[in-house]
Formats: sequence, structure tokens, C-alpha cells
Amino acid sequence: MQGNTLILILATTSVVAFFMGRARSLKLVSGPQLRGKLHSLPGYYGYFTAIWCLLPALLVLSLWFSLESRVIIALLVKQLPAAQQALSAGELNLLLNNIQNLANGDAISGVADSMLSESAARYLAYTDASRRMLVIVTLAVAGLGGVLAWRRIHPALRARNKVEQIVLVLLVAASSIAILTTIGIVLSVLFEALRFFQKVPISEFLFGLNWSPQTAIRADQVGSSGNFGALPLFAGTLLITTIAMLVAVPVGLMTAIYLAEYSSRSVRATVKPLLEILAGIPTVVYGFFAALTVAPWVRRTGEALGLEVASESALAAGFVMGVMIIPLVSSLADDAINAVPSAMRDGALGLGSTRSETMRKVILPAALPGIVGGILLAVSRAIGETMIVVMAAGLAANLTANPFEAVTTVTVQIVTLLVGDQEFDSAKTLAAFALGLMLFTVTLCLNVLGLRVVRKYREQYE
Amino acid sequence: MPDRMAKANVTLPEQPSEIGKTVGNIRSANPYIVAENVNVYYGDNHAIRNVSLEIGTKEVIALIGPSGCGKSTFLRCLNRMNDSIESARVTGHITLAGTDICSKELDPVALRARVGIVFQKPNPFPKSIYDNVAYGPRIHGLAANRAELDNIVHTSLERAGLLKEVIDRLDEPGTGLSGGQQQRLCIARTIAVDPEVILMDEPCSALDPIATARIEDLMYELAEDYSIVIVTHSMQQAARVSQRVAYFHLGSLVEVDETNKIFTNPRHRLTEDYITGRIG
Repeated sequence: MQGNTLILILATTSVVAFFMGRARSLKLVSGPQLRGKLHSLPGYYGYFTAIWCLLPALLVLSLWFSLESRVIIALLVKQLPAAQQALSAGELNLLLNNIQNLANGDAISGVADSMLSESAARYLAYTDASRRMLVIVTLAVAGLGGVLAWRRIHPALRARNKVEQIVLVLLVAASSIAILTTIGIVLSVLFEALRFFQKVPISEFLFGLNWSPQTAIRADQVGSSGNFGALPLFAGTLLITTIAMLVAVPVGLMTAIYLAEYSSRSVRATVKPLLEILAGIPTVVYGFFAALTVAPWVRRTGEALGLEVASESALAAGFVMGVMIIPLVSSLADDAINAVPSAMRDGALGLGSTRSETMRKVILPAALPGIVGGILLAVSRAIGETMIVVMAAGLAANLTANPFEAVTTVTVQIVTLLVGDQEFDSAKTLAAFALGLMLFTVTLCLNVLGLRVVRKYREQYE
Repeated sequence: MPDRMAKANVTLPEQPSEIGKTVGNIRSANPYIVAENVNVYYGDNHAIRNVSLEIGTKEVIALIGPSGCGKSTFLRCLNRMNDSIESARVTGHITLAGTDICSKELDPVALRARVGIVFQKPNPFPKSIYDNVAYGPRIHGLAANRAELDNIVHTSLERAGLLKEVIDRLDEPGTGLSGGQQQRLCIARTIAVDPEVILMDEPCSALDPIATARIEDLMYELAEDYSIVIVTHSMQQAARVSQRVAYFHLGSLVEVDETNKIFTNPRHRLTEDYITGRIG
């Protein structure tokens, strides 16, 4: 039986359990007047039964799927001849792979000898038995849970409280997924980064001026020792982020001011969704717009002015990144401006301020903390942005403040370090994790700072 | 002027109960603001219906009436604050010392410097006490130098009865004051621009009785120099501070008269019902 069918059967069973539980609760109290006789509404008794039918069965199901292959392989290894059991872990793995491929009818490496085909047959038999047992066990658990719950139904049973408790547990579980994932990512990056810092001293990584991350393939290779000074990368990131913010902050802020204060309702209704479309363009599209349209234009313009401009300039990448961030800045600034109580606006207008005086002298100062918080969030977005810089900023790790030169960023280097066939224990690939850790730390700090500023500001008026 | 007054007095029935025609005396002996046939629409909603009213020079007039009767809307017509509401439309004529203030050519910014407004909820700017009061003089260029500005700020705070309490902490934020102090700060801010008329939109409804009493005392003093129009829900307050009372009902001006006449001998059934507490 397929897993899908099993899940379908479980779902049907739980629906049946719902109606049975509900019917039982209604039957226990006769008459049309329900009030006071049942502790909870009849539906809750139904949910109570259905949950007890479904949840334990699902638990069994997921445990089974996570343990099944391990158990089968352990059994398989036990049946192998002693010679094969003594193989090293890598070779044993290869052998087991071959067995599984043979069983599934895929191509295998080497010749299918009798040992191999015997094992494959055994593997198929185990899998088959496991599936059959799974169906029986799961349905038994579902039936048992449902029946037990059904028998427990009693007018005094606090079904609503129990159901709500289980729902609460589900909600907590759902919200902890994001947190656990974050912790997992941080830990994995952290441990890889620590391995990197065993090979390269942390001071060289943080303060070194030279970035050329190659490692030797042969011991006697020329230029075998790489340089892992990340300063040029951080400088490049900073340069591009600065350019992006120089574009995004004034434009976004002015957009927000116009939309919040000057535009008529119909203009606002048109422009806001359009801005949101800008926010919805995939960054890879911005990337080739930057690389194919903006960068050549910047170079031509620069040359016309007699300037030396690289074809992959920080200016082009930063400019397009700035355009990408405009909606973020404008929508956060718009929120901050709208959060200023209209009493402020009325007060200023009532004293005879013009609209622009009201804006400049009362509303913007009052909204400033919120706007600053929004800008910090935008900066962290710009620092972490990858696709645009991969396509438009180039790979040359120049330590420069000249926006016409090509620079590279932390994110670009992470991508290039990990793309392609790599050993995963060389300093070169581990450097990516160290960079990732730095990037994560910086953006996390900016986010925390930004959110704190935004929240502090909100408390002021509510 | 006298013939119009006579006409208004003669045509009135003894205890009218219909709305539409104003009872009492809409005229003032020495009018400063004259509103003629003012109508206000919010979209399709006819919020003010054909209101005519004169407001005297250095007079305190109270606008009373049940919630939603249009008294605040009428007040906001007097300094064009309704302009900032997109759907609002105002018809009729309002003159301020002879100037038509409804005309398209008139700059509402200049008008609002002449007709100040104090709102229901104290709304000091998130700036220092000094900067709150100095805001108006600064944007209108009323002070040539710092000394003059200091002088305006101190005089205004003094007149609002706040100077003694805040003289040591002019640099602290105005939002840190108590509710009553904030409202007096807002009054100081308004009189710092040296307006001709002060509009007050329920200035005490967010304040405790002691703070209210202080604001009312202040109104007596201010009435020596300014015309004051106050919207209030408190009939006691209207009786204490005003010389004339205008009763609004469902967007119409039902009755206007001297305060003691309205409260002792209302002529319109609706006015009587309201002041005796039968509607409200």
C-alpha cells in the first residue's frame, strides 16, 4: 500500500471519529435542551475523538519513516558474509548503494554477483514487510486511540479544554520551527567557521588586506598558499551598500512623504501597488538588468566624461540594488509617517504652518526614529543581497573607495567559494562559512538595532 | 443692522419644535466673524445645514449640542481646517473682520495665523517646551532675534498661566507635562502667534476638574483680548465662560442667544430638551 493511501485512510478515519464522538456526546444527553448538560459543545467531543485517532497514528507514521531505512540496512549488513562486514565504512556504503540500486532496478557499478542479487532480494523483502507492518500498526493505533477516546466521552468530560490544549501545543510547535531552524543554521555555520579559524588565524581573516582564496591541489604547486584577508570584501560590501543607500534613502523617503502627505487618495491607490510590484521583482532579474543595461551605460557615460570605468563597476551594482530597496524604505517610512498622530498634523496646520513646514518641522522629526529603524533594516537587506552583486559587481577583490572600479562583496565570494566541485574541508570552502558567520552577525545586529528603534518609537504614541 | 435683528425676533413662534430656522438672535452688536448660510458636505453627508451666525469682537461664544451635531465641523470652518479633509465641501460666506475667508484666493495658512485653534486632546509637538511655543513665531517670522523670541515665549507662557511651573525646564520635552499643563502649553503655543480669534474644540474634555478650572480661568483672561469660540459638552462650562450660546442639532443651528437667556428661558423645544438633559 502506498503512503498516500494510508494517509487518506487515516484522514477518513478521523473524520468518521469526529462524527462518532459528536454523536456519542449528543446521545449521552437526551432532549433538545443542551445547555448545562454537556461540559463542551458537541463539536468539541468530535474533535477530541478525531485528535486521539489521528495524532498518535501520525506520530507512529513519522517515527516509522525516519527509522525504517536505518533498521533495514542494519538487518541487511548482519546478513552479509563476514568479509563484506569487515569492509571500511566508505566501501560498505558503496556496496549498500549497489544493493539498493539493484533492488530498484537502477544501474549499478561492477557485476551483479550472486551475493549482490541475494541481498537485493532480501532488501526488497524487508521493505515490503516493513510497509505492511506500518499499515497494520498505524491503523491499529488510530483505531485504538479513537475507540479509547470515544469511550471516555462523558457529559462532564472537559473536551473543549483538552482540544484547546492540544491546539496550543500545535501552535507552539509551529512557532518553534522557525526558531529551531535559526539556531540550527547558526550552529552549523559556527562549527564550520571554527574549523576555518583553526587553519587561518582569525586576526588574518578580519584584518588581512589580501583576498585570494586558493588552496593547493598538489603540494608543489605555485601560489599554493591562499590569502584570506576579508577586509577587501567588507570594504566592497560597504561601498556597494553605501551607494545603494544613497539611491534608496532619498528616493524612498521622498516617495513616502509624497504618498503620505501630498498625494490624493486615487494616486496613492495606484502608486502603492506599483511600488509593491517593484518589491516583487526577483533579484536575479535586477541582476541582469544591472549587468546588461546599467553597467554598460555607466561605463559609456563615464568614458564620455573621460573617466576610467570598469565594465563591472560598484556604481552599477549599487545603483540597481538601491532601486531594489526603494520600496522597502518607502513603505517603512510611510508606516512611520502614518504612525504620527494626526493631532500633530492638525496642531501644526492650526498654527498656520504650510504643508511643507508641517512635514519638515513636526512630522518628520516625530517619525525620525521609525524612519531610522526602517533604514537600518534596509541596510541589512543590502548587505545580505546576493544575486545583483554576483551578476553585476564582479569578482576582483579590490580594496578601493572608487565607485567606478570593480569590487566584490562577501555574498559574491561565498557563492564563488561554494560553486563547483570542491573539497569540503579545505580552507577555501571553509572560508565561505566564516564569511557567512560574519555576514550573519552584522545583519543580525543591524536587524536587532533597527527593530528596537522602531519598537521604542511605537511605544511613544500608543 | 437693527432692522435685521428686529425681523429675526418677530417671526419666531413661542415654542417651536421644528428644525431649520434658527431661533433667538444670531446677530452680534459688534461682529468680528460673520457666517452666512454655511453648508458643509462630507461626500454625500450634509453635515452643516444653512448655518448663519455672528461672533462678536472679544466675545466668548459657546457651541453646544449632542455628539455629531456639527458644532466641531462649524468650528473648523472658521479657520479652514476642513480643507485637509479630501471629501469635505463648504458653501456659503464667512468673513473675518470683513475679509472673505472662504474664497479660493485666500491662503488658509495666513488665515490660521489669525484664527488659532486648541484641540480636544492636548497635542504638544515632540519637542522642548520652549520649541513648542516658539514654533509659531518661528514659522511666521515674528521675532527678529533670539531675545525677541525669548520674550514672546515667556509672555505666552505667562499668559497661559504656565510660566511659573515650567520656567526651570523649558528645554524638557512638552510631552512630559501633565495633561492640564500640556493643554495650557497648547494654548500658549496658539497665543504666541498673536491671533485675533481662538477656537477651542472641547479643550477640557480630556482634563480633570482642577485642570479644567484653570483653563476656564484662563479663558476669562484671554477674553479681554481675543474673540473665543468654544465647543463644549459641559453646559456648566458653557454657562461659566460664555456670553452667548449657540445650540446645534443634526447640523442645524437651532437657537442662539445670550447665555443666561438660553439656560433660564430656552425658546426652542430641542434646546430645552438638551439643557434639561432629555437629549444628549
